Amino acid sequence: MPRPENKRREIIIWIGTLVILGLLPLIINTYITMLITEILIMGIFALSFNLLFGYGGLLSFGHAAFFGVGGYVTAFLLINAFPSVPAALIMGSLAAMLAALVVGYFSVRLDEIYFAILTLGFGMMFYALVHQWRSVTGGSDGLTGIVLPPLGIAPFSVEISSPRAFYYIAAFFFLITAFILLKIVRSSFGLILLSIRENKERTTFTGINIRAYRLSAFVIAGLFAGLAGGLFALFDRMASPSMMHWTASAEPVLMTILGGAHVFLGPVAGAVLFFFIEHFITKFTDVWMIFLGAILIPLVIFFPEGVLGTLLAGKRRGRKIKNGEGPDDTHS
Amino acid sequence: MNLFFMNLLNGISLGMLLFLISIGLTIIFGVLGVLNFAHGSLYMLGAYFCFQSVTLFHNFWLALLVAPVVVALIGGTIEMALLRPVYGRDISVQLLLTFGILLVLDDAVRLIWGSGYHIVDAPPLLNGVVHLYGFTYPVYSLFILVMGPLIGMGLWGFFRFTLWGKKIRAASMDREMAAGIGIHVNRLFTGVFMFGTWLAGIGGALASPLRAVGPSMGEKIIIESFIVVVIGGLGSFPGAFVGALILGIINAYGAQFLPRMTMALPYILLAIILITKPHGLFAAKS
Repeated sequence: MPRPENKRREIIIWIGTLVILGLLPLIINTYITMLITEILIMGIFALSFNLLFGYGGLLSFGHAAFFGVGGYVTAFLLINAFPSVPAALIMGSLAAMLAALVVGYFSVRLDEIYFAILTLGFGMMFYALVHQWRSVTGGSDGLTGIVLPPLGIAPFSVEISSPRAFYYIAAFFFLITAFILLKIVRSSFGLILLSIRENKERTTFTGINIRAYRLSAFVIAGLFAGLAGGLFALFDRMASPSMMHWTASAEPVLMTILGGAHVFLGPVAGAVLFFFIEHFITKFTDVWMIFLGAILIPLVIFFPEGVLGTLLAGKRRGRKIKNGEGPDDTHS
Repeated sequence: MNLFFMNLLNGISLGMLLFLISIGLTIIFGVLGVLNFAHGSLYMLGAYFCFQSVTLFHNFWLALLVAPVVVALIGGTIEMALLRPVYGRDISVQLLLTFGILLVLDDAVRLIWGSGYHIVDAPPLLNGVVHLYGFTYPVYSLFILVMGPLIGMGLWGFFRFTLWGKKIRAASMDREMAAGIGIHVNRLFTGVFMFGTWLAGIGGALASPLRAVGPSMGEKIIIESFIVVVIGGLGSFPGAFVGALILGIINAYGAQFLPRMTMALPYILLAIILITKPHGLFAAKS
């Protein structure tokens, strides 16, 4: 439970974020607006992944499957069924949740490497499915030609196809996702998830059904990954198989490690870093992964808590020493 | 019937190639406890070094000798500089570290050799076809088919009968105990990692006349060899052999009977085996 002073600070942070996200597009150009939109969408994706990894201790290498299911269902419905963005996004997220329920049911009984490889395998099954099922998914071309219908009903409708309008959509869903996931990780459910990560055997002895908790986390993570995928398809105006490839699953993993898996906003900080590194380096060369790798390697060896995690830990230690308490290594 | 037989040969030769790569992966995991994500990239380096040596020396056999050694040297550097600090840490840390190495190696290949594909010709001795029961079959594939079991048996003998083999097995069972009875565990680990990457390198060099040498060949093979070692049982020798054979044959027959599903078949196989036997077919008892 956060202390009252922390609570007030937190409310201030939320309002500050709201104001900054709200005013940002007024001072930046279209290109940066789109870059930040992408960061927000991938931030949702990475946050959902970190519910599994940072809190549940489950390294999923197939999380892009749900991102892709969300993207494809959203795109398919918008193209073939009804012109409603909210309905398509909701259906896309629910479909991803359902997919996560099936994959999770089989996967969460495994640990560590076996879990990572099995989720990778399931992810690639989805990839193969959309790649081969041409009549529905468009095969390797994907589903293209999404047109964003206006939001709302006739006289009160708003256009959302401009980059700035879509930025606000992404920001809205980002804030909602961050708020819900923060509530979840702070609930007793989140604490039990943490204790499973720390010690599976002891948690079992307290009578907790580990598989049920893991599966719930998996399904929630799938839901938000699907939402991110739906938004990404709308943003890109298409859904393509590459959304589901295992290399796409590696992206939220990288973002989370860059930012820090054990701080709530670590994955978002990682997404910011990821895209700015990409943006900066691809100005000079297409071969930018080598730089990402060159950053990742020392980070994993020397700063396993990521950039944000290391910064916050340093700050916390400084404050504790100032207050006359000893430094400690616990992370929250 | 002929097609059936030909696919069997294709499957086995593909399986033997997979075996060479997977066996290195599984030895490294068994001894060092690290699942090396960069193993496929080292395989790819083997293929590129082979291509480079062939263009330099115009001799495939020399290239087959040189390329894996260079790969092994790179492997030794990686182990000493990067892996040593993370032993004993969480397994996902090691997975991510080697993933970072993969990113660096893959793009380094793109920087050095470009994004295009390169062709390596099989040596004149093996560059023909044989007639088998009414169909023709490339000699080089038969060569791979023989090389796989030969190297496999050599490895088995090495681990079973030589002092070094026994030391490695001892260290893989209990690192501390091995250090306690006077085995230089650090040196042994470097040796094993170099040996594993040498196997990846020779796999790549042997594969180079079969497949076009290109920057995405590592990405594909690493997933396939993950599947092999996991369905076989991580760290298991016979597991890697059986897993590689199964995957090779499934790939070959999948292309014949279920062309639309070939892409998904290895993953379906992986899921079925992991769901029924969570630690693979030849799981170590512990």
